[in-house]
Amino acid sequence: MTDDVLVRVDNLVKYFPVRTSGMIRRTVGQVQAVDGVSLEIPRGKTLGLVGETGCGKSTLARCIAGLLPVTSGTVNFDGSDITNLSRRRMIPYRREIQMIFQDPYGSLNPRRRVGAIIGDPFAIHKTVTGSERKRKVQELMERVGLNPEHYNRFPAEFSGGQRQRIGVARALALQPKLIICDEPVSALDVSIQAQVLNLLSDLQRDFGLSYLFIAHDLEVVRHVSDEVMVMYLGRVAEAGPKAPVYDNPRHPYTAALLSAAPAADPETAATRQRILLTGDVPSPIDPPSGCRFHPRCPKAQDLCGQEEPQLEVKAGDVTSHVTACHFPVEAGENLATVASRREGL
Amino acid sequence: MTLLEVEDLTVSFPTADGVVRAVRGVSFSVDPGQTLGVVGESGSGKTVLTQTLLALTPGAVVTGKALFDGTDLLQLSQRQMQHIRGAQISVIFQDPLTSLHPLYRVGWQIAEIIRAHDKTVSKKEAAERAVELLLRVGIPRPEQRVNDYPHQFSGGMRQRAMIAMALANSPKLIIADEPTTALDATVQAQILDLLLNLQRDSGTALIMITHDLGVVADIADNVMVMYAGRAAEKGTKHDIFYEPHHPYTKGLLESIPGSSAVGDRLKPIPGQPPSLINLPSGCKFHPRCAYVLDRCVTEEPTLHQIGAEFAHSSACWLPQSAAGLGDTAEAIREETVREGRQGAAVVVAETIATSPEVL
Repeated sequence: MTDDVLVRVDNLVKYFPVRTSGMIRRTVGQVQAVDGVSLEIPRGKTLGLVGETGCGKSTLARCIAGLLPVTSGTVNFDGSDITNLSRRRMIPYRREIQMIFQDPYGSLNPRRRVGAIIGDPFAIHKTVTGSERKRKVQELMERVGLNPEHYNRFPAEFSGGQRQRIGVARALALQPKLIICDEPVSALDVSIQAQVLNLLSDLQRDFGLSYLFIAHDLEVVRHVSDEVMVMYLGRVAEAGPKAPVYDNPRHPYTAALLSAAPAADPETAATRQRILLTGDVPSPIDPPSGCRFHPRCPKAQDLCGQEEPQLEVKAGDVTSHVTACHFPVEAGENLATVASRREGL
Repeated sequence: MTLLEVEDLTVSFPTADGVVRAVRGVSFSVDPGQTLGVVGESGSGKTVLTQTLLALTPGAVVTGKALFDGTDLLQLSQRQMQHIRGAQISVIFQDPLTSLHPLYRVGWQIAEIIRAHDKTVSKKEAAERAVELLLRVGIPRPEQRVNDYPHQFSGGMRQRAMIAMALANSPKLIIADEPTTALDATVQAQILDLLLNLQRDSGTALIMITHDLGVVADIADNVMVMYAGRAAEKGTKHDIFYEPHHPYTKGLLESIPGSSAVGDRLKPIPGQPPSLINLPSGCKFHPRCAYVLDRCVTEEPTLHQIGAEFAHSSACWLPQSAAGLGDTAEAIREETVREGRQGAAVVVAETIATSPEVL
């Protein structure tokens, strides 16, 4: 069965036990890293995943890639259930799902030559051997904008942007269907960041790749994504096609995130109303009751602390735009004044 | 009256591989109560520049002048510098976790900086001041939190504590080196807002070092764009964002997703920033510049005035009228390129046009 959706995640939960130290390691709590997340990644499209440190976005990505066992819920890839498969049974799917990591320094072995690093997937999966492998690797290097003659160099001889290209070439080697990009450009300078983003979008066009694109930079996510999902403390706050979520955010957290992102334009910066959230993100070990955002929310009422809002389509929104909020932001509503009023109290 | 006047500052580090020329002749000034944004990529010399002012670059060969309130900072002995550092000029670093001592209570660390500069303050008074400072930077329940260790603070709170330390002796100038880079967007917004309010209340001057043009757009009055150890362009915030003259400034603006200068496809600057040991000839930006001219390959341009405003200057051979992001400016740039690219620059331009980064 083929349909338009490549990855379907249903109600995924990932808890990490918190144990006491010492001989008898009792479990005293759970870090609720991901708590009931469902998502779909369409074929050939990009799902952008946004959220602050500790919201569970990287954990979610690792669960989808099969790098972490899930506590409950299912991950369906290309029509097959791949939840908690054994190592052996996971192997064919590892070829289809690849990852690009944030740190271009830490994710490449400094003692191995670039040709060997990019050729590893071929060796591991025994798909290409001998002299054919070198040719393939050089093709890949050329495709991602590296000089194929640098086959025998070490990672240290490359700049940050070039190293990220090495990571991209390695991810491409086995012609995957899905590439999970975990903050692929946040360690790079602005001018280099744009080079890598353009490369990723060219590759998507040429190979029909799907991306799960994780970043904390909202403008980068807006640039690359078709669909967007905003996470807060392990749960989905808001999700939908890019345009409605960015232009008409319904969750107060999304609205605050968007207003907090620095705009590289002095006039916008001077005129926009910034919604300043008070306090920090609470601990995922002991998340707030009800809506997890309510202690920081400018619109919170008593109900928010008691009852957890369901992810649903709000009045006036397109059917694929869902928000988990009891009191969604209305068009034209100015949250900045609400926020400052609360601070004054 | 100018608070800080830096003239022709050069900083180089002799290393085994050769001399690293980190800063090569930079001049700028900061007035009281003003914010100067220093923008540049990794290795552009922006951090070395400000650390040199505070004698935090041991082993560096420094020339030039840096007049702070009439005293040349570069001529001071270590002991004299200790009276200025932390008292009249203070610094906020990027990483608040490694800038705070993990084994001392936060309140103790703030009190220490007060007593280090004024021995007449008793320990008790200093501890009380620490509570006041934490309250001022928006730490809830400061009378309890002063007794916490840095690891008990979140990232945003640690940066608030750093700001409290920077404010402790009511400095005339605060140097903030990427103070929000390690923080999440909503916390970054809180910290920028705090810095702005504190500056408004106290009239402190601020030098904000950052790679993020968004941060500069938010809080700077004037901006200096650095490339390979030099100021590529200086001007008011408006000049830099709306009338950029240097192709590097223009390139930076065009490579930010979501900025007004960008369409569907980002326009990255091709190539990589140069090695500071082995700098290219002529203009240091020419191997990456879309408007490279013959003279760029051999002669390095110095800062010259752009337009009527004295404050706006750019180190580029393009004519003054080439400033701006509009079509008129683009036409002037293209015209200049047609006339000025006959010899050496032709090859450079071809290499740029066929480099994998722009394809």
